[in-house]
Amino acid sequence: MYVAVKGGERAIDNAHAWLAEERRGDVTVAELTVPQIREQLALAVNRVMTEGSLYDPDLAALAIKQSRGDLIEAIFLIRAYRTTLPRIGHSHPVETDKMACDRRVSATFKDVPGGQVLGPTFDYTHRLLDFKLMAEGEVPEAAVADPRLEPTPHVTSFLNKEGLIQSEAAGDEIPPDLTREPLELPANRALRLQALTRGDEGFILSMAYSTQRGYGNSHAFVGELRIGKVAVEMDIPELGFAIEIGEVELTECETVNKFAGSKVEPPQFTRGYGLTFGQTERKAISMALVDRSLRSKELGVEVSNSPAHDEEFVLYHCDNIQATGFLEHIKLPHYVDFQSEMELVRKMRVEIASASAKEAAE
Amino acid sequence: MSDYNFAYLDEQTKRMIRRAILKGIAVPGYQVPFASREMPMPYGWGTGGVQVSAACLMPEDVLKVIDQGADDTTNAVSIRKFFEKTAEVAVTEKTREATVIQTRHRIPEELLTEGQILVYQVPIPEPLRFLEPRETETRKMHALEEYGLMHVKLYEDIAKHGHIATSYAYPVKVEGRYVMDPSPIPKFDNPKMEMAAIQLFGAGREQRIYAVPPYTKVVSLDFEDHPFDPSKANHPCDLCGAEHTYLDEVIIDDDGGRMFVCSDTDYCAERQATGHRGRLSPSQDLEKAAE
Amino acid sequence: MLEKQMSDQSLIGAFATPPQDAARAFRAALEALARPGTLHEIKGGQAPAPVSEAAASLLLTLCDPETPLCLMGAHDTPEFRDWIAFQIGAPIVGPAKAMFALGTWDALQPVTAFPIGTAEYPDRSTTLIVEMDTLSQDGAQLTGPGIETTASLSLPALEPFQMNAMLFPLGLDFYFTSGTQIAGLPRSTQVTDMMEAN
Repeated sequence: MYVAVKGGERAIDNAHAWLAEERRGDVTVAELTVPQIREQLALAVNRVMTEGSLYDPDLAALAIKQSRGDLIEAIFLIRAYRTTLPRIGHSHPVETDKMACDRRVSATFKDVPGGQVLGPTFDYTHRLLDFKLMAEGEVPEAAVADPRLEPTPHVTSFLNKEGLIQSEAAGDEIPPDLTREPLELPANRALRLQALTRGDEGFILSMAYSTQRGYGNSHAFVGELRIGKVAVEMDIPELGFAIEIGEVELTECETVNKFAGSKVEPPQFTRGYGLTFGQTERKAISMALVDRSLRSKELGVEVSNSPAHDEEFVLYHCDNIQATGFLEHIKLPHYVDFQSEMELVRKMRVEIASASAKEAAE
Repeated sequence: MSDYNFAYLDEQTKRMIRRAILKGIAVPGYQVPFASREMPMPYGWGTGGVQVSAACLMPEDVLKVIDQGADDTTNAVSIRKFFEKTAEVAVTEKTREATVIQTRHRIPEELLTEGQILVYQVPIPEPLRFLEPRETETRKMHALEEYGLMHVKLYEDIAKHGHIATSYAYPVKVEGRYVMDPSPIPKFDNPKMEMAAIQLFGAGREQRIYAVPPYTKVVSLDFEDHPFDPSKANHPCDLCGAEHTYLDEVIIDDDGGRMFVCSDTDYCAERQATGHRGRLSPSQDLEKAAE
Repeated sequence: MLEKQMSDQSLIGAFATPPQDAARAFRAALEALARPGTLHEIKGGQAPAPVSEAAASLLLTLCDPETPLCLMGAHDTPEFRDWIAFQIGAPIVGPAKAMFALGTWDALQPVTAFPIGTAEYPDRSTTLIVEMDTLSQDGAQLTGPGIETTASLSLPALEPFQMNAMLFPLGLDFYFTSGTQIAGLPRSTQVTDMMEAN
């Protein structure tokens, strides 16, 4: 008599077993290994590390395998793992000046000290499907240049010498940590940048794009985009000095925007900043544009009602793990709420019907 | 499960959550910001409640988890299993036996007692959110006790529909100060919130914890000429005959036939076990024959 | 290889099984604050004298490097500071920056020096841990959230708690500790003189 509305434990177990089978796919096809994903789907790995806020290519590759290539699901796995890790300490700020650059381009100068280095980029490739890859992906070795040993100065530092760009004072305050403290608004720039780095690539890209199309008018130049490895140093209290604990690959983007000046500031350029793990340049550039857009108020430039100017809108909606969780939770049973709504609607219909019947009688 | 700490969260995270819970107790109905962690289940699926439960659970606790009033709905099963595994606590479906009850969308029918904690999963903790989307604004409104907007909304309902058109997540005022979202429980459950147990509310994605201590005044917002009405479907339970419980409406055949059953599965089962019968109960003769 | 010579005492006194002991201690603290006027056992932490077992356990349960702590009067000893540094890591601060404060009632005066929160963030206030010789369920009469009708608690004073309640939703929250006993008094509790109440 009683309809089986209850799923329960067995349904969950069976669903998970089926999922595992689907993940593996056709067993006559060789299984993907984690190193294969790490090496050959590196840009997916980089995205998962960036939005997962954890630099570990092997774990990111594992997450991609486990999530069947659903990158948001993979980011979620990484975040959930990260949150259980004890916080041993924090590193010194990484010095991107000293980055060993694999790629470094500036759109604002034809040439700059340190040179323009294209590096491994899709730019200028013709987007034609390479059917040879259907069979095999063996490639001839690429030419190798001598590595540059001296530091590569930031392009914006040249503008800074002339006073042409708004300067960022170095601060010694410890930045707040979005993963350890609740987001509080208005957020300072350090907090905003953390949120943007963790934010969904698609969302940040679209926000950035909207600023280019007139929603929060600002025209950005890529002052510099650099990708490479930097050393991570940490103070070891027992030693009393800092040591290098490893290195991470980063993408850093600084954009420059023209600023007509205000009552207190002369005309100059302003900055937007993006920093992400691995080679993730679409994200880093997008982030720099959105960062600059969110700085409008503090820079004293015009603030519009555009979404990308709205700190609350951007920061509260950029996290894909929050967004996807809440969006997908509407799949969960809601029959208690729905029941109460149904009763209310029925009651209102009865009231309206009796009111119109009464009217007709009169 | 030795890979993870007792009750999953690390101790520093638990301390942070515990401090937030205590602030919530000290200022009933005020939403305390907390640095919600990513949990191994998605945001919106009870991460706030799970974090609050994880911060509360002792090894001696007996845990009950319900969703929509039922112990055997999939998400309730999943959360119960999570704590069985990570905290190794005893679990129960009996409301009376539980020391900690995590719930989504219902308050159990049975009166809760001292020594029990009811943990609510909350999707949108801000009762003013759908009237004012900005956190900076709603925070100011709470600070100034400026709740005019909410009263205007409810009054507009009355003007338009003849009564207040909110049937769940019906806003309450706590101890005469903060307007609070009781989570999406049906308004039928609102009067139960003045209870002997401790009520804790966790909103993971929105990073808020709030609380209602025992015996705290919880008043559903209304107007003198339109008093609060905690009504429910005008039927008895078809399985146990209860006339005073919140009911699920279940469609039972292709012709739209339906039955009404208690949404609180434990309460309903216990009533049936003690001989209560409803319209569609299995025949009593058959049962006697079986005895 | 610690840079400073720690006193031996600072190395002992932590919970034996931290996750489980802290969970039990938290529940005692939660019940105490949620039901003003009730007394609860809280134990497992041992700090150098004169800190009670209840206070040490509460600190171990709630404090860490993220919670500035203010030590007042006889509770501010080098031995206890070492213990805090080793076991808890809370920065020691003055009243104006304290998230938690510990001392006897007299030593904690004036309590008006501690932050009471702001209108937008009433949670940004200090929780005071008041060490007491004894605790009992008599004395001042309490009403408010957590109390079905009325309750009583041996408060060390009346007026400061009455003033504190008037600040609601701002204000200080109190724990009272003695031996292994703990009681709580949140800002939401109304305090009246037993004599007046009768």
